[in-house]
Amino acid sequence: MSTVTGFQRNAESVASHRCEVAVHRWVNKRYKYLRLTAQADLTGSTKPGQFYQLKCPGINDLQPFLLRPMSVYGVGPDAGTIEFLYNVTGIGTQALSDLKVGGHMDIVGPLGNTFAFDPGYKRIMVVARGVGLATMAPLVQQAAAAGVKIIAIMSARASQDMMQGEFLRGVDADVHCVYDSDGSSSVGAVDALVRRLLDNEQPDMVYTCGSHRVLMLLQRVLADYPQIRGEVAMEQRMACGMGVCLSCVRLFDCKTGQSSDKKFLRVCREGPVFSIRDVVGEVEFG
Amino acid sequence: MASLNVRVGEVTLRNPVMPASGCFAIEYSEALDFNKLGALVIKSVSPKCRAGNPTPRVTEAYSGMLNSIGIPSKGLQHYRESVLPPYTQFDTPVVVSISADTVDEFADAVAEMSLPDVAVIEANISCPNLEADGMAFAMTPETTYKVVSAIRRRTSHPFWVKLTPNASHIAGVAKAAEEAGADALVMGNTVLGMSIDVRTRKPKLGNVMGGLSGPAIKPIALRMVHQCYRSVRIPVIGCGGISSADDVVEFMLAGASAVQVGTASFVDPGAIQKIIDGLEHYCAEMGVDNIRDLTGQVNLDRQLSDRWLRFAQQSG
Repeated sequence: MSTVTGFQRNAESVASHRCEVAVHRWVNKRYKYLRLTAQADLTGSTKPGQFYQLKCPGINDLQPFLLRPMSVYGVGPDAGTIEFLYNVTGIGTQALSDLKVGGHMDIVGPLGNTFAFDPGYKRIMVVARGVGLATMAPLVQQAAAAGVKIIAIMSARASQDMMQGEFLRGVDADVHCVYDSDGSSSVGAVDALVRRLLDNEQPDMVYTCGSHRVLMLLQRVLADYPQIRGEVAMEQRMACGMGVCLSCVRLFDCKTGQSSDKKFLRVCREGPVFSIRDVVGEVEFG
Repeated sequence: MASLNVRVGEVTLRNPVMPASGCFAIEYSEALDFNKLGALVIKSVSPKCRAGNPTPRVTEAYSGMLNSIGIPSKGLQHYRESVLPPYTQFDTPVVVSISADTVDEFADAVAEMSLPDVAVIEANISCPNLEADGMAFAMTPETTYKVVSAIRRRTSHPFWVKLTPNASHIAGVAKAAEEAGADALVMGNTVLGMSIDVRTRKPKLGNVMGGLSGPAIKPIALRMVHQCYRSVRIPVIGCGGISSADDVVEFMLAGASAVQVGTASFVDPGAIQKIIDGLEHYCAEMGVDNIRDLTGQVNLDRQLSDRWLRFAQQSG
């Protein structure tokens, strides 16, 4: 099975794994933490930034039908342990939120690519908002394990929504919290903060997830810092999650030098992690 | 152990289960052993380059999903050079699905793709997204005959025709395809549908309308497979909402010689293999030696209506 080539392979094998719910609790008013255990070695096969498709329990006989893509919040220490942190929004996550400890759920994965990361980096900057922190949490652990300094900008509606502990999980970082409630998360304020940190810290890489506004801001700012690379983990409506159905495409400009090369890429297969510079922004179709 | 071999015209398959076009791509080699499938049916290619439809391209429905992908295509040359080769390295027949906008374009494309490595050509004359308001060749017997006969003149490859459940008189369409020279029918495709978000009042698909698939359409597909089976002599391949071995058996009893599995793979990328394994269990449990013997063996009581009429007359 593993010998087939001719496509971007993200995993040795992808399968549907029957999991048992080990822990399931509210983190705050909107977010829940879920820990599952499977028979397979998910810890060894899952990379930071990858996601699984969750077969959420039914709210009735008829729905939800499709699986729900969800970033991996953490794996381990046991081989079969995998964690998710999610915002209860639609029918899929509502159904998921009712899952009882000891109950079961099928998850399909691992899916998608991973963040570009070099253990030789000196410093990285992460800019997280909302559920984006779950996606980048494994990256934060990876960086800390490699001894890379972490500069974190965390954005939230208000202080009671901030999930700093959930994001860092005991890792040491230079944290800058900004809020909608006091205006510190405004585009102007974050723009200035990012530039100050880029100037002072000279990170090797900037990563973001969870806010289109922050993504566009970083793309604009990074244009003035050509030596600093940036990556973003993106979302899109999916069906198969494996690159087959072509539902989850977005437009990217994979330019080389000055020449533009715009193409539709699959968020589930070529992504979910993309270069911030390649994103063709603003146009939102749904 | 039972034999799962089936024949579709002159093509022999190791088992009756193959993926449905549009729901299968090389990426599933991460989840399936392609050497164990009945056939490999590749996503439709069109001679004209297409960007595909606006997003969102997919939305959920009760027991199914709606899609309006729009058959993105980079043309036949790219397909021949980059898409097709990875599929031909397996010991499994490769089915190339083709879609086109006009009769001539269809015939030219089929001629060009009738390559030695290709076992079967599937002409997708049914995809509801192709033309305005969901209109497609397979909607009427006349347009079906025209396009199928034009294609038949240009290929000696085994050639299957994929019909649409949106056609009102499916027996007529099926007969037209048979008379025009098709080697088999694939019945069917997605059912044209629509969905609206009642809060934003926006259609849930960028293309407004799209194709409904999944278990929601299974009874429709099954009925149409049976109608096709009763009206033609060429083999019928069943497609629509199949997600278990029992579903496969049901379609074969209704008249299918083989089946295609589509949407079920989106819920579990390993679904097709689980279905094939399930067929072995079914045959063992039911004492079936050759699965191909199931085709058309639905137990119909042709005198039942007459008996009932006589019986019911007693009621005065």
